[in-house]
Amino acid sequence: MEGRPFNDISYERFLNEDKLMGSRCSKCGVLSVPPRSICIKCYGSEMEWVEMKGKGNLATFTCIAIGPPFMIKEGYDRKHPYVTGVVELEEGVRVVARIEGMDGSKPETIKIGTPLQVEFLHRGEGANSTTFLAFRPL
Amino acid sequence: MRGRRKLGRGVAVVGAGMSKFGMFSDKDSKYLFAEAFHEMLSTVDKGVDTKDIDALYLGNFTNDFFVRQGHWGPIISDLLGFAPKPATRTEGACASSALAFREGVFAIASGFYDVVLVGGVEDMSKRSTEEVTQGLAMAASPYEVKAGFTFPGVFGAMATAYFAKYGAGREHLMNVTIKSHNNARLNPKAQFNVSIRDIMNQRIEKAKNKGEPPPAWRDEKEFLRDPKANPVVAWPMHLYDCCPISDGASCVLLVAEEIAKDFTDSLLYVVGIGQGSGKGLHAKEDLTYFEATRYAAKEAYELSGLKPEDVQIAEVHDCFSIAEIVHIEDLGFFKPGEGYKAVEEGLTRLGGSKPINTSGGLKCKGHPVGATGTGQLVEIWKQLRGEAGERQVPIKDLRVGAAQSLGGTGGTCTLTILERR
Repeated sequence: MEGRPFNDISYERFLNEDKLMGSRCSKCGVLSVPPRSICIKCYGSEMEWVEMKGKGNLATFTCIAIGPPFMIKEGYDRKHPYVTGVVELEEGVRVVARIEGMDGSKPETIKIGTPLQVEFLHRGEGANSTTFLAFRPL
Repeated sequence: MRGRRKLGRGVAVVGAGMSKFGMFSDKDSKYLFAEAFHEMLSTVDKGVDTKDIDALYLGNFTNDFFVRQGHWGPIISDLLGFAPKPATRTEGACASSALAFREGVFAIASGFYDVVLVGGVEDMSKRSTEEVTQGLAMAASPYEVKAGFTFPGVFGAMATAYFAKYGAGREHLMNVTIKSHNNARLNPKAQFNVSIRDIMNQRIEKAKNKGEPPPAWRDEKEFLRDPKANPVVAWPMHLYDCCPISDGASCVLLVAEEIAKDFTDSLLYVVGIGQGSGKGLHAKEDLTYFEATRYAAKEAYELSGLKPEDVQIAEVHDCFSIAEIVHIEDLGFFKPGEGYKAVEEGLTRLGGSKPINTSGGLKCKGHPVGATGTGQLVEIWKQLRGEAGERQVPIKDLRVGAAQSLGGTGGTCTLTILERR
């Protein structure tokens, strides 16, 4: 695990293994999710991988009725909007992620601050497989 | 920053033109830019010999994706008969031609060139809405795209955060939309050259002609609350909160201060320019403002020695209604959390104390992304020269106007301040 480069490719591969990972600067301790290969506080380049606990709360959201082709393929459309948002993790950093288990057609029922738990959505097969980072209410 | 920034020498805007903005199945980028250029030539009071134009800077974002053709600098320079003079394309997503303008200013201020054409063009409407949405999303961060964010989605999430922090709501966004349409009604170049009231009347008329019961909207807000008339795109962004898909071009002619009088006696100087860059949505400390716009504004105000209250009119990047509210706060016109109140009180209308987006803004004038930055400056040019016709603002001694652009999800933000002297 330590051998993986601190970049988006590794971040995506970890997601595929059901892990939400960030990098921590060995010198000054700053945490970055997604990972960075250099620290933008002290410019050190010695990093270590840290796994997030996967708990957080909803910082903001939107319910999307007109989505990109890959979301339309999953069955979302103008009648079935999906929810996506920004999640503030317990570790103090934020991530953007899909929000599952909330009704995109009833945005007034969705509340900022809702406690959430991470979920990994595996889609596609073989070379086309990808994992989407998602969160669901606890 | 080491010491105060300054321009090496003064730069004036002496001509400005734009094509009509809209969705045109029979007009391409070259045709549209020619239209803008032709109008620009007619606005130079004492005329310009095109042989004197030293270089072209051209903003364009997505033509590679939408029309499968890149390298637009030389295509446009050849179109205008400029070759072999240099042509440079700038890309800063929806702020692409604001960057072209800035490069043109630097090129003259450095002393290298004396006369520079800057502009932008975009041809977007020949693709499906889904494809355009996907193409524009290329300017978001990769994490946002994967999480399913679209551009309306990013601004929807900002609006959700803004509402929660300041207690504003959809009704306040509607005030922006209604104002934009009222202004665009007076702008013949606008894509939606109609008020919301006009649209309501058209729908009522259409229903009557079909023998259907006409819709009974009491006012504009009731129309905008009607999910059939104004469906959700990315909550709380509805159709009428979003700028359209547009084709269009715009350009302005920049010259060195020393020779400006050879072109016109009505001089508009570039007194402030600023640019900032921004982080992805997940890395923003606060989702209710754009750090990059605040940075660009600080830079432009410092260069000009002007304050937000000195700016009498402004075109701001209202790609979505919430963006207009956030920008007028970020530019210091109103305090954070008070922009929506200013719009509600009518301060940003044509006759208000701080008219915003007199052109109708991106929402109604249209948003051919690469053409928008210099397109905003065409409006400021017209207003400062008193040539905006029916939508001329009734401000006495109108001297200072500004244009603010935003690219991507706030990744590139600019502010340009022009002053008539």
